[in-house]
Amino acid sequence: MITTQNSAVARTISRLLIPFIQLFGLYVIMHGHSSPGGGFQGGVILASSFILMAVGIDLAEVKRRFPPLVLATFTSIGVLLYATIGMLSLVLGGNFLDYGVIPIPDARSVGMLGIEIGVGITVTASIVSIFCKLITFE
Amino acid sequence: MKFLPFIATSCTGLLLLIGSGDLPITADPLSPPHTHVSPRYIEQGYAETNVPNMVTAVLADYRSFDTLGEVTAIFAATMAVLLILRTKEN
Repeated sequence: MITTQNSAVARTISRLLIPFIQLFGLYVIMHGHSSPGGGFQGGVILASSFILMAVGIDLAEVKRRFPPLVLATFTSIGVLLYATIGMLSLVLGGNFLDYGVIPIPDARSVGMLGIEIGVGITVTASIVSIFCKLITFE
Repeated sequence: MKFLPFIATSCTGLLLLIGSGDLPITADPLSPPHTHVSPRYIEQGYAETNVPNMVTAVLADYRSFDTLGEVTAIFAATMAVLLILRTKEN
Protein backbone atom coordinates (compact mmCIF):
# COMPACT_ATOMS: atom_id res chain seq x y z
CA MET A 1 0.00 0.00 0.00
CA ILE A 2 1.34 3.41 -0.97
CA THR A 3 1.37 6.01 1.78
CA THR A 4 0.66 9.58 0.79
CA GLN A 5 3.62 11.88 1.24
CA ASN A 6 2.98 15.57 1.44
CA SER A 7 5.93 17.12 -0.35
CA ALA A 8 5.44 20.69 -1.54
CA VAL A 9 8.18 20.42 -4.16
CA ALA A 10 6.77 17.26 -5.77
CA ARG A 11 3.23 18.67 -5.69
CA THR A 12 4.17 22.03 -7.25
CA ILE A 13 6.38 20.54 -9.97
CA SER A 14 3.69 17.98 -10.84
CA ARG A 15 1.04 20.68 -11.07
CA LEU A 16 3.32 22.66 -13.39
CA LEU A 17 4.24 19.70 -15.62
CA ILE A 18 0.91 17.88 -15.98
CA PRO A 19 -0.80 20.37 -18.38
CA PHE A 20 2.19 20.36 -20.72
CA ILE A 21 2.43 16.56 -20.69
CA GLN A 22 -1.27 16.31 -21.50
CA LEU A 23 -0.99 18.90 -24.27
CA PHE A 24 1.96 17.03 -25.78
CA GLY A 25 0.08 13.72 -25.56
CA LEU A 26 -2.92 15.20 -27.37
CA TYR A 27 -0.57 16.71 -29.98
CA VAL A 28 1.07 13.34 -30.60
CA ILE A 29 -2.38 11.73 -31.05
CA MET A 30 -3.75 14.46 -33.32
CA HIS A 31 -0.61 14.73 -35.48
CA GLY A 32 -0.05 11.00 -35.78
CA HIS A 33 -0.87 11.03 -39.47
CA SER A 34 1.42 13.90 -40.46
CA SER A 35 4.39 13.55 -38.11
CA PRO A 36 5.89 10.75 -36.01
CA GLY A 37 3.39 9.65 -33.42
CA GLY A 38 0.00 8.05 -33.24
CA GLY A 39 -2.61 6.68 -30.91
CA PHE A 40 -0.41 4.23 -29.01
CA GLN A 41 2.38 6.70 -28.28
CA GLY A 42 0.11 9.64 -27.51
CA GLY A 43 -2.13 7.49 -25.33
CA VAL A 44 0.85 6.40 -23.24
CA ILE A 45 2.03 10.02 -22.84
CA LEU A 46 -1.47 11.10 -21.81
CA ALA A 47 -1.68 8.22 -19.32
CA SER A 48 1.73 9.12 -17.87
CA SER A 49 0.37 12.54 -16.93
CA PHE A 50 -2.37 10.89 -14.85
CA ILE A 51 0.23 8.56 -13.30
CA LEU A 52 2.30 11.63 -12.37
CA MET A 53 -0.86 13.13 -10.88
CA ALA A 54 -1.34 10.00 -8.75
CA VAL A 55 2.30 9.79 -7.64
CA GLY A 56 3.06 13.47 -7.20
CA ILE A 57 -0.20 15.03 -6.05
CA ASP A 58 -2.80 12.62 -4.69
CA LEU A 59 -3.82 9.08 -5.55
CA ALA A 60 -7.30 9.57 -4.12
CA GLU A 61 -7.83 12.51 -6.50
CA VAL A 62 -7.09 10.31 -9.53
CA LYS A 63 -9.28 7.52 -8.20
CA ARG A 64 -12.11 9.99 -7.60
CA ARG A 65 -11.83 11.39 -11.14
CA PHE A 66 -11.51 7.97 -12.77
CA PRO A 67 -13.64 5.31 -11.05
CA PRO A 68 -12.94 1.76 -12.31
CA LEU A 69 -16.25 1.57 -14.15
CA VAL A 70 -15.56 4.80 -16.07
CA LEU A 71 -12.09 3.57 -17.07
CA ALA A 72 -13.45 0.20 -18.23
CA THR A 73 -16.14 2.02 -20.24
CA PHE A 74 -13.56 4.23 -21.94
CA THR A 75 -11.38 1.21 -22.73
CA SER A 76 -14.35 -0.24 -24.60
CA ILE A 77 -15.33 3.07 -26.22
CA GLY A 78 -11.95 3.35 -27.99
CA VAL A 79 -12.24 -0.09 -29.59
CA LEU A 80 -15.88 0.64 -30.40
CA LEU A 81 -14.98 3.95 -32.11
CA TYR A 82 -12.37 2.15 -34.23
CA ALA A 83 -14.79 -0.61 -35.23
CA THR A 84 -17.60 1.92 -35.87
CA ILE A 85 -15.46 3.83 -38.37
CA GLY A 86 -14.69 0.50 -40.06
CA MET A 87 -18.36 -0.47 -40.16
CA LEU A 88 -19.31 3.03 -41.41
CA SER A 89 -17.18 2.55 -44.51
CA LEU A 90 -18.64 -0.93 -44.91
CA VAL A 91 -22.20 0.47 -44.76
CA LEU A 92 -21.37 3.25 -47.24
CA GLY A 93 -20.35 0.72 -49.87
CA GLY A 94 -16.62 0.21 -49.43
CA ASN A 95 -14.55 -2.45 -47.75
CA PHE A 96 -14.15 -2.73 -43.98
CA LEU A 97 -11.94 0.20 -42.81
CA ASP A 98 -11.79 1.65 -46.35
CA TYR A 99 -12.20 5.31 -45.32
CA GLY A 100 -12.16 6.70 -48.85
CA VAL A 101 -15.91 6.18 -49.31
CA ILE A 102 -16.95 8.36 -46.35
CA PRO A 103 -18.41 11.53 -47.94
CA ILE A 104 -16.24 14.17 -46.23
CA PRO A 105 -13.32 16.15 -47.70
CA ASP A 106 -9.95 14.44 -47.27
CA ALA A 107 -11.71 11.33 -45.98
CA ARG A 108 -8.68 9.07 -45.76
CA SER A 109 -6.68 11.21 -43.34
CA VAL A 110 -9.79 12.12 -41.32
CA GLY A 111 -10.63 8.41 -41.02
CA MET A 112 -7.09 7.70 -39.87
CA LEU A 113 -7.36 10.51 -37.31
CA GLY A 114 -10.60 8.96 -36.06
CA ILE A 115 -9.05 5.56 -35.50
CA GLU A 116 -5.96 7.12 -33.89
CA ILE A 117 -8.28 8.88 -31.41
CA GLY A 118 -9.96 5.54 -30.70
CA VAL A 119 -6.59 3.88 -30.11
CA GLY A 120 -5.53 6.77 -27.86
CA ILE A 121 -8.67 6.51 -25.71
CA THR A 122 -8.21 2.75 -25.26
CA VAL A 123 -4.50 2.96 -24.43
CA THR A 124 -4.94 5.85 -21.97
CA ALA A 125 -7.85 4.24 -20.13
CA SER A 126 -6.24 0.80 -19.97
CA ILE A 127 -2.89 2.05 -18.64
CA VAL A 128 -4.52 4.30 -16.03
CA SER A 129 -6.85 1.50 -14.90
CA ILE A 130 -4.03 -1.06 -14.63
CA PHE A 131 -1.92 1.48 -12.70
CA CYS A 132 -4.74 2.37 -10.31
CA LYS A 133 -5.45 -1.33 -9.78
CA LEU A 134 -1.85 -2.35 -9.16
CA ILE A 135 -0.93 0.55 -6.88
CA THR A 136 -3.71 -0.25 -4.40
CA PHE A 137 -3.60 -4.03 -4.71
CA GLU A 138 -2.74 -5.79 -1.43
CA MET B 1 -3.29 -32.40 -16.22
CA LYS B 2 -0.14 -30.33 -16.82
CA PHE B 3 0.97 -32.79 -19.52
CA LEU B 4 -1.55 -31.79 -22.21
CA PRO B 5 -0.68 -28.05 -22.20
CA PHE B 6 3.01 -28.99 -22.40
CA ILE B 7 2.37 -31.16 -25.47
CA ALA B 8 0.27 -28.44 -27.13
CA THR B 9 2.90 -25.74 -26.45
CA SER B 10 5.72 -27.96 -27.71
CA CYS B 11 3.84 -28.81 -30.91
CA THR B 12 3.06 -25.13 -31.59
CA GLY B 13 6.67 -24.13 -30.95
CA LEU B 14 7.96 -26.88 -33.23
CA LEU B 15 5.57 -25.79 -36.01
CA LEU B 16 6.74 -22.18 -35.64
CA LEU B 17 10.39 -23.26 -35.76
CA ILE B 18 9.78 -25.33 -38.90
CA GLY B 19 7.84 -22.45 -40.46
CA SER B 20 10.55 -19.89 -39.71
CA GLY B 21 12.92 -21.83 -41.95
CA ASP B 22 10.88 -20.73 -44.97
CA LEU B 23 11.05 -17.01 -44.14
CA PRO B 24 13.20 -14.89 -46.49
CA ILE B 25 16.59 -13.76 -45.21
CA THR B 26 16.41 -10.45 -43.32
CA ALA B 27 17.08 -7.40 -45.55
CA ASP B 28 17.18 -9.50 -48.72
CA PRO B 29 16.26 -6.96 -51.44
CA LEU B 30 14.79 -9.66 -53.68
CA SER B 31 12.38 -11.11 -51.09
CA PRO B 32 8.66 -10.88 -51.97
CA PRO B 33 7.78 -8.12 -49.44
CA HIS B 34 10.51 -5.89 -50.86
CA THR B 35 9.60 -6.46 -54.49
CA HIS B 36 5.79 -6.23 -54.24
CA VAL B 37 4.32 -4.21 -51.37
CA SER B 38 7.18 -1.92 -50.29
CA PRO B 39 7.57 -0.12 -53.65
CA ARG B 40 3.80 0.38 -53.80
CA TYR B 41 3.70 1.93 -50.31
CA ILE B 42 6.72 4.16 -51.01
CA GLU B 43 5.74 5.31 -54.50
CA GLN B 44 1.96 5.65 -54.26
CA GLY B 45 1.33 5.92 -50.52
CA TYR B 46 0.93 9.70 -50.52
CA ALA B 47 -1.18 9.77 -53.68
CA GLU B 48 -3.54 7.10 -52.37
CA THR B 49 -3.91 8.10 -48.71
CA ASN B 50 -2.99 11.84 -48.73
CA VAL B 51 -1.02 11.33 -45.51
CA PRO B 52 2.62 12.47 -45.39
CA ASN B 53 3.67 10.01 -42.67
CA MET B 54 4.34 6.72 -44.43
CA VAL B 55 4.43 4.67 -41.23
CA THR B 56 0.95 5.81 -40.23
CA ALA B 57 -0.31 5.29 -43.76
CA VAL B 58 0.75 1.64 -43.60
CA LEU B 59 -0.36 1.07 -40.00
CA ALA B 60 -3.68 2.92 -40.06
CA ASP B 61 -4.77 2.54 -43.68
CA TYR B 62 -3.24 -0.36 -45.60
CA ARG B 63 -3.02 -2.57 -42.54
CA SER B 64 -5.62 -1.04 -40.27
CA PHE B 65 -7.30 -4.41 -39.74
CA ASP B 66 -4.07 -5.47 -38.03
CA THR B 67 -4.16 -2.35 -35.85
CA LEU B 68 -7.76 -3.13 -34.92
CA GLY B 69 -6.49 -6.50 -33.72
CA GLU B 70 -3.77 -4.79 -31.67
CA VAL B 71 -6.28 -2.51 -29.97
CA THR B 72 -8.55 -5.47 -29.28
CA ALA B 73 -5.58 -7.31 -27.75
CA ILE B 74 -4.87 -4.33 -25.44
CA PHE B 75 -8.56 -4.24 -24.49
CA ALA B 76 -8.61 -7.98 -23.76
CA ALA B 77 -5.36 -7.79 -21.75
CA THR B 78 -6.71 -4.92 -19.64
CA MET B 79 -9.94 -6.74 -18.95
CA ALA B 80 -7.98 -9.89 -18.00
CA VAL B 81 -5.77 -7.92 -15.57
CA LEU B 82 -8.80 -6.24 -14.01
CA LEU B 83 -10.57 -9.58 -13.65
CA ILE B 84 -7.56 -11.29 -12.07
CA LEU B 85 -6.93 -8.42 -9.63
CA ARG B 86 -10.54 -7.74 -8.76
CA THR B 87 -11.37 -7.05 -5.12
CA LYS B 88 -14.55 -7.17 -3.07
CA GLU B 89 -15.20 -3.42 -3.16
CA ASN B 90 -15.62 -3.15 -6.93
